[in-house]
Amino acid sequence: MKRRRQTREVNYIQPIKQEMRQTIRVGGSFKDRLIVCYLAHIQALLDSLLRLAESRFNSIMTIAVLSITISLASGFQLLVNNLKQFNVSLQDSSQISLFLKDGVSEARANKVAEEIRHNDAIQQVNIISKEQGLKEFKTYSGFGDAINVLKSNPLPIVIQVFPKSNLDKDQLENLVQEFQQSVDIDLAQMDMLWVERLQSMMAVANDSLHLLDTLLGIAVLFIAGNTIRLEMQTRRDEIIIAKLVGATDGFIQRPFLYTGFWMGFIAGIVAWFTVTVMMAILWQSVEPLAQLYGGEFHLIFFDFLDTFKLIFLSAALGVFGSWLVLCYQLRYTIPE
Amino acid sequence: MLKFETVTKRYPESGEVLRDVSFHLEKGEIAFLTGHSGAGKSTLLKLIAVMERCTRGKIWLDGQDLSGAKASQLPYFRRKMGFIYQDYKLLQNRTVYDNIALPLVIAGLGHHEISRKVKAALDKVSLSGKERKYPIALSGGEQQRVGIARALVNKPPLIIADEPTGNLDPELAMEIMRLFASFQQVGVTVLIASHDISLITKMNHRVLKLDHGQLVSG
Repeated sequence: MKRRRQTREVNYIQPIKQEMRQTIRVGGSFKDRLIVCYLAHIQALLDSLLRLAESRFNSIMTIAVLSITISLASGFQLLVNNLKQFNVSLQDSSQISLFLKDGVSEARANKVAEEIRHNDAIQQVNIISKEQGLKEFKTYSGFGDAINVLKSNPLPIVIQVFPKSNLDKDQLENLVQEFQQSVDIDLAQMDMLWVERLQSMMAVANDSLHLLDTLLGIAVLFIAGNTIRLEMQTRRDEIIIAKLVGATDGFIQRPFLYTGFWMGFIAGIVAWFTVTVMMAILWQSVEPLAQLYGGEFHLIFFDFLDTFKLIFLSAALGVFGSWLVLCYQLRYTIPE
Repeated sequence: MLKFETVTKRYPESGEVLRDVSFHLEKGEIAFLTGHSGAGKSTLLKLIAVMERCTRGKIWLDGQDLSGAKASQLPYFRRKMGFIYQDYKLLQNRTVYDNIALPLVIAGLGHHEISRKVKAALDKVSLSGKERKYPIALSGGEQQRVGIARALVNKPPLIIADEPTGNLDPELAMEIMRLFASFQQVGVTVLIASHDISLITKMNHRVLKLDHGQLVSG
């Protein structure tokens, strides 16, 4: 049985393969065929753009929906990227404040600081004297006048310790314990809790972002696919005629795939502008906050690679969504 | 050239539309396909175009099994046939030139070759000078001739015509028939589905008559 089927296949496949080769060969030399193929693609590319321009209202609607979807996905991505800066700057600046006991003299404080400086885990040590502390407090706390009333300086000497950035949480905590045992130190404080909270919030935000991006990506596929489906319905006769005169599925798909490409491509560009403008508006309200962080916070916009990725991905999704629908619909497009 | 071997087509909703149809058209043969409406003519033509698959039996085109061909091979089979329809099936938003050039564009021919072949085809159907017009600007007869030019531009070995003279005056119809007859000399096989009994008798060619899905003569 199997053998018989094989013989039957050989009977018709051989000649048809020859036929395919002949058909391909009609165009002439390899160079000629390449030129014909290249021109056909250029024509399909321009034709599909022209078609989008002709049905302007429909195109604008579709591209608007696509670009809003893409803006949402890329906008959130950009927002999270911006927020990550806080995280990084906090991680870098994990610092331990050592509040010295009241009776400790400046000389003693210097000695303690010197000892700490010899520790391998420490990157930098600063001493904030009582006077310096008072001055800073006056400037930043807003209680300047109230402090002026005080006769003596109530502030202790503070040693700021900057551990090396490669230390993990346990090592940092051990370090704090060590400092706490010192007789000169009243309080060793490292506020890690809110850094941890922020970090876990960022992790949640990151995961949610991936889920959201996946969902919005699927939405883009469906929007592009549905538009192509409608386009195929209006051009049904054309598809059938092309099929009847021997067009391959690839030939029929080509203009539709280019339509999908243009929709995604244009929507990607529009989304880029939308997000950029929105970030610029947001910057107005973020700027004062950023200044509180001593200029460490800068608004991140799309760089060249991000822009390329955004536009490439949306064009690719446009093509892919169209292709999925084409594969399904072409099979069922036959004359009545 | 075209061979039907006990071909049956059954639709779930309307039952057997064609039953055990067998015939063989030789290379260069001209035949009429006739029968009352609903006799199965359109179904038979659809089976040749492989727009539908037969339920039983086999169809051979030029020695190759058309009924068992894979979907990916169908376009190459269809390039061996030229179809002419009663409703012309022209692209209304393309010029006469573009309509006729379509099979050549699909086959991947170069610009010059397409231009040369389209001009020759237009010449054959006496439509020279109308290549820049849109189908809507042409009369029914002229549109039909555009359809004929498109079917023969690629010089296929088999031409299938569905009521090709339905919209033509008797004189023009006769002219088109003579055109088909001229293909015979270059070995083109022609199958014409038609109601026009007087024309069929005048032409004196083989007649395949369908009656309720069965071939009763031919």
